[in-house]
Amino acid sequence: MSEIKQTFNSSLGKKLIMALTGLFLCTFIIVHLGGNLFLFKNDQGYGFNVYANFLTHFPPIEVVAYLLYLAILVHALYALILTINNRKSRPVAYAAQTKSPASWSSKNMGLLGSILFLFLVIHMGDFWYKYKFTDTVGFKEYRTNVLTNERIVNDFKPADPTFEHSSTTENDVEIVRVKDLHTKVASSFSQLWYVIVYVIAMGALSFHLLHGFQSAFQTLGWTHRKYTPIVKFIGKWFFAIIIPLGFALMPIVYYFFK
Amino acid sequence: MSGNMNLTLKVWRQKDAKSTGKMVTYKAENISPDMSFLEMLDVVNESLILKNDEPIHFDHDCREGICGMCSLYINGRPHGPKRAITTCQLHMRSFHDGETITIEPWRAAAFPVIKDLAVDRSAFDRIQQAGGYVSVNTGGVPDANELLIPKVIADEAFNSATCIGCGACVAACKNASAMLFVSAKVSQMALLPQGQPERWSRVQSMVAQMDEEGFGSCTNTGACEAECPKEITLTNISRMNNDYFSAKLFREEKVHDHSGGGE
Repeated sequence: MSEIKQTFNSSLGKKLIMALTGLFLCTFIIVHLGGNLFLFKNDQGYGFNVYANFLTHFPPIEVVAYLLYLAILVHALYALILTINNRKSRPVAYAAQTKSPASWSSKNMGLLGSILFLFLVIHMGDFWYKYKFTDTVGFKEYRTNVLTNERIVNDFKPADPTFEHSSTTENDVEIVRVKDLHTKVASSFSQLWYVIVYVIAMGALSFHLLHGFQSAFQTLGWTHRKYTPIVKFIGKWFFAIIIPLGFALMPIVYYFFK
Repeated sequence: MSGNMNLTLKVWRQKDAKSTGKMVTYKAENISPDMSFLEMLDVVNESLILKNDEPIHFDHDCREGICGMCSLYINGRPHGPKRAITTCQLHMRSFHDGETITIEPWRAAAFPVIKDLAVDRSAFDRIQQAGGYVSVNTGGVPDANELLIPKVIADEAFNSATCIGCGACVAACKNASAMLFVSAKVSQMALLPQGQPERWSRVQSMVAQMDEEGFGSCTNTGACEAECPKEITLTNISRMNNDYFSAKLFREEKVHDHSGGGE
């Protein structure tokens, strides 16, 4: 076995993979939340649809997207392998267990991760798969007068079945025709069960990152008397509170106010 | 004597490594609150011997909290309900009259039960033998304080070196991971100048042996740190991780590739 392979097969090496894929996923959700803030914009889905089109048609982002799917699968797979090994390390359970001083989230990362994985299956099945591989998502045409900024929105039925996106300007009117993911999002978020699933999943995300973000730094060996409190602060306030709250507000706002 | 306690004990009894064990209930009567937990077990064993029963086997040696022999998972916690002590330093005044106390051995695949409450912790010995030492050549006696060590570094190394290898970290960890023990043993030498020549091979050898013994992985929950009788901190684990990844990914030294000379 080569040395690199042996390194990543060791118990510490497997944890290194967990930490690196985990941190990569952390950077992704920042971008994902940032882009999805278009959902809060009152522009009949123009910004969001153009952004969704950009994500699916800009080659570097497409490459990163497939790295991302790989990272999710590797993170889940290694979590499973580590959990099986950890279970084997204690074949006989204790009869008595008191409440451990360890945090609840740190002891339930597998449960929280499984909830998130199930959520991702629903989430990607409903948006990503339908957007990319089916014709259940319609098109919208945005006619914007570049002088007055007035915008007229219409449904658009492309004659060519392979049509994906167009952007032209005629007589000071900018015509943008894009897939209308916004309407799909709005219709999904109008179902109560869907909103509940999203809010529960974001709760799981919160607790997963509350432990996970700072835990990755510990695994990498990047702890320091001066910087670890900053890492823990960011993990708690940014990754465990602001980000899940931002995501959870999307279905809630659409269900109650749109 | 007034103030003495009567207790119910639920104790794990297992004939030998091959047998399956079970919890057995005993009465511990007229126990002085000033007895240590091990003395209470001694009293129970005296009564078992008088009844021609097999006494309860448990590990103990120094009975002053420095040898790391006494184990015992008491009421769901290694070394019982108090912080930063071993079982021999636990006194019966920490319990109340009429209480039921559950006593189990350390539970880990790498710590097989020998008999009753005594487990085989030679896995720790093998990890130590894999690299937990410094090679010292014979020769003239070096001057005292010839090597300058900053006080904060010396303090940290001494804190790591207080690990007595009792195994409470493994017992407390939900994954039965030995990371706190191994990292303390790696740290105490990685921090000091005497430990530098073998620093990068040592961490690789000890982690490889740890994996071979079948301990679990670290989930960074911190249960070990909370139960350690010597208050070894998670910082040691982080330091070991850092050294391990440095050694594996950026250093020339390999496992057992000791550069300490004399070989």
